[in-house]
Amino acid sequence: MKEFFAMGGYALYVWGSFAMTALLMIVEPILLRRRKQAALARIRRIARLQQQR
Amino acid sequence: MSSRLVNWFKFSSPSTFYPLAGKIGFWSMVVTVVLLAVGLYMSFFVAPTDYKQGEGYRIIYVHVPAAWMSMFLYVLMAGWAALGLVFNTRLSAMMASALAPTGASMAFIALWTGAFWGKPMWGAWWVWDARLTSELILLFLYLGFIALQSAIDDPRRADRACAVLAIVGVVNVPIIYYSVIWWNTLHQGATIQIRGESSMDPLMLTTLLIMTLAFWAYCIAVAMARVRSIILERERETTWVGEMVKEGRA
Repeated sequence: MKEFFAMGGYALYVWGSFAMTALLMIVEPILLRRRKQAALARIRRIARLQQQR
Repeated sequence: MSSRLVNWFKFSSPSTFYPLAGKIGFWSMVVTVVLLAVGLYMSFFVAPTDYKQGEGYRIIYVHVPAAWMSMFLYVLMAGWAALGLVFNTRLSAMMASALAPTGASMAFIALWTGAFWGKPMWGAWWVWDARLTSELILLFLYLGFIALQSAIDDPRRADRACAVLAIVGVVNVPIIYYSVIWWNTLHQGATIQIRGESSMDPLMLTTLLIMTLAFWAYCIAVAMARVRSIILERERETTWVGEMVKEGRA
């Protein structure tokens, strides 16, 4: 197990690469989810305002 | 019904494309998760150790797919932008805008993993050689596209300005691709040849192909999610969006 994480002495480089890739590929869908929810919230708000008028 | 009878222009309307994009996005995400699970397992446990670079070469399984996607996505983005400019279809421009952030992210991953690969193998995080510099310009083109889009208030005008930027920038893509042939560079040449034998172990090659397909599926999934948000934002005042949101179908 220790040997696996050591990556033959390249641990920093291999894990540094995979970690940044993983980070971006996790953050992007989360941001997209928020963006969609924000868009939906705005549309609902406008619809409510129009009903009140 | 013959496939020739399908009216492709039907899907150029945001209201018909929106639910379709949802389906494509969902299934692409499922495919991404499966392929990434298989691909990552193979990257670390199945693909053999490189005789020259030891375990350090495993960076290839994220570096190459990201670099490929950064170039493909740019061409795709410019293609959509050009379609939008020629036919004045609003969905085409939305597709182009939806691809830009993912392309920028892929270009960034390619540069970042390249630096983390260059340090142990070449002894430098960064060198100003043709391959690296042209890929950096690609990242700046993506960022320029995004900045220009947000700098112009009228989205349709922004689309046209961005389309011109995207089309002019296409010249950079063949420069990236052929940079390792045209100039003396530290970066190694293409390992995978479309014609002729590839100089790669079949297990390594299979792993790389699975990771590449995973990146493809990922990019399709996020691009579809983003285009849906763009549609919602831009068409928020239309009746179809209003009804869809009210009925909870969005």
